[in-house]
Amino acid sequence: MRSTQPILVLAAVLFVWTSSNAQGPNLGMPINEQDIAAWDIDILPDGTGLPLGQGTAEQGESIYAQKCAVCHGVNAEGGISPALAGGEPLSNGIDTGKTIGNFWPYATTIFDYTRRAMPWFAPRTLTDDEVYALTAYLLVLNNIIDNEDVMNADTLPEVQMPNRDGFIVRFPERTP
Amino acid sequence: MKKQNSTRIWTDLGPAAENGLFDRRAFFKGGSALAAAMTGYTIAVPLQAQTLVDDPWSGSAGTPSGPYETRSRFENGVVRTMTNPNGEPRSQQSRTPHHMIDGTFTPNGLHFVISRSGSPDIDPEQHRLVIHGLVKQPLVFTLESLMRYPIVSRMHFVECGGNSAPMWSPKPLDADVQALHGYVSCAEWSGVMLSTLLEEAGIEPTAKWLIAEGSDSLALHRSVPISKALDDAMIVLYQNGERLMPGNGYPMRLLVPGWEGNMNVKWLRRLELVDQPAMSIYEARTYAPILPGGKAYQFYFLQEVKSFITRPSPGLLMNGQGLYEISGVAYSANGRISKVLVSADGGQSWAQAALQEPVLSKAFTRFRIPWQWDGGPAILQSRAWDEAGHVQPTRSEIVAARGEASRVPNINGFPSQHYNGPTSWKIDQAGEVKHVYA
Repeated sequence: MRSTQPILVLAAVLFVWTSSNAQGPNLGMPINEQDIAAWDIDILPDGTGLPLGQGTAEQGESIYAQKCAVCHGVNAEGGISPALAGGEPLSNGIDTGKTIGNFWPYATTIFDYTRRAMPWFAPRTLTDDEVYALTAYLLVLNNIIDNEDVMNADTLPEVQMPNRDGFIVRFPERTP
Repeated sequence: MKKQNSTRIWTDLGPAAENGLFDRRAFFKGGSALAAAMTGYTIAVPLQAQTLVDDPWSGSAGTPSGPYETRSRFENGVVRTMTNPNGEPRSQQSRTPHHMIDGTFTPNGLHFVISRSGSPDIDPEQHRLVIHGLVKQPLVFTLESLMRYPIVSRMHFVECGGNSAPMWSPKPLDADVQALHGYVSCAEWSGVMLSTLLEEAGIEPTAKWLIAEGSDSLALHRSVPISKALDDAMIVLYQNGERLMPGNGYPMRLLVPGWEGNMNVKWLRRLELVDQPAMSIYEARTYAPILPGGKAYQFYFLQEVKSFITRPSPGLLMNGQGLYEISGVAYSANGRISKVLVSADGGQSWAQAALQEPVLSKAFTRFRIPWQWDGGPAILQSRAWDEAGHVQPTRSEIVAARGEASRVPNINGFPSQHYNGPTSWKIDQAGEVKHVYA
């Protein structure tokens, strides 16, 4: 008895959907995922969305010097834009500066933000290899990976970030 | 100014708390009740006004109205303050001048804006909104097509998670309400319910989150639980009756009523349904406040119950003792405001303020209460409750739970986020109003 009810509900939901949405005029134009690819740039923490390509810290160092140091400072110690490396322990105060090393829970966020938003003056101009290389360089500066480690779609999601377990979900009842 | 004194007879409405706070109904009962409410106090009455003469601006025809009305030149000082006035290549924050406006709607030109790389110059005919990911059919919408959907209008506040950040300072900053609380505004937003569009695309059962992304240069993106997207989220096209201002996301933005401002993604162009949050920089790093001891809150979605007094407040000089109206705004992500108490003695005694109707969910509620200033020192505070039973914490409660900055921050700094404690205005005998902790 119990097990049949969800099936009936599901069947009803599917029927409503396939017979169109009564709330609106149904003017959405169908599109294929491949036609969305240019916009579909987010990287999920499990690595979903990471492109082909790879890079090392050595490659990243020269790109950083050329395109990033002007704002984020030599060795990512900060300039007119925030520091990306180093940082004090978070227990030093609620206003402690957040860096990749002392705060960021996922390495995928470095790739995602660098690719979508940096450099500030010319976002989305870095190649995927350059973004992997910069990500590797920033992780080395924070002593999270070794200098010879290669970052790619397989290795980046596996990077263990120091502050991965440093978070408390504020509203668990509203968070899936 | 020369004054004469007058004393009137008490009938029905006496003081409701110490230091001159009246019953909230005093103003609303009209002149006689108000006069009665003043009983027992020596009040100042100005001497007779000067003889009236014809006004210089009345002698000839005025300026014809133009195609888009602009305010009086005498109001040109009512502006947002900006953190990047020269438009340098970095974030720009513009704050609402709460002490110079009234009511519950924020005029579009004064709505706060936090823009990390400026407003893109979007051609509305070329703009597209795509819904894809864990849906049965990915769909693209034009602005023109969205205009044919049922349009809903709702009044909602939007507040930056970093609003009131100077309040984390261990010492009170000498600042006005605009500098302290300028990153919250309220407007009537009109647009299409997001649930309508999601249901048209068909939500896969594995979808738990929705990634919303803008078409600004940074392609700012945030993750929103599907439950919120289906509850009351909107694709907003209009702000206070006209199309969205560029700084507020023209031609379309996501509105997640009551939730952290940064999640209300502007210049919205993409919604992707996914099974996990994106952990974008703004949820993984920026809007994750550090707690005492070193852990940090993640997914601090709600802008919880809060209030502050806008008048009197710093920058508005008290013009002699007598009757004033204390006025401010209260709001909560947890629904309607149910009660606001006001103190004139630094929180020792409280009186209930009147709430201006209509009191709407997740919107500014204007509160007002009459106050007889005796010319002596006073500390004004407000404290709000919402219909879900939440109360604005005291300063000591919020500091105990969330800590304080380790050093006095710059007024433009963000030592932490989500401060919803009280704000105290101290009034000295000269009538100057100053921000204090009390």
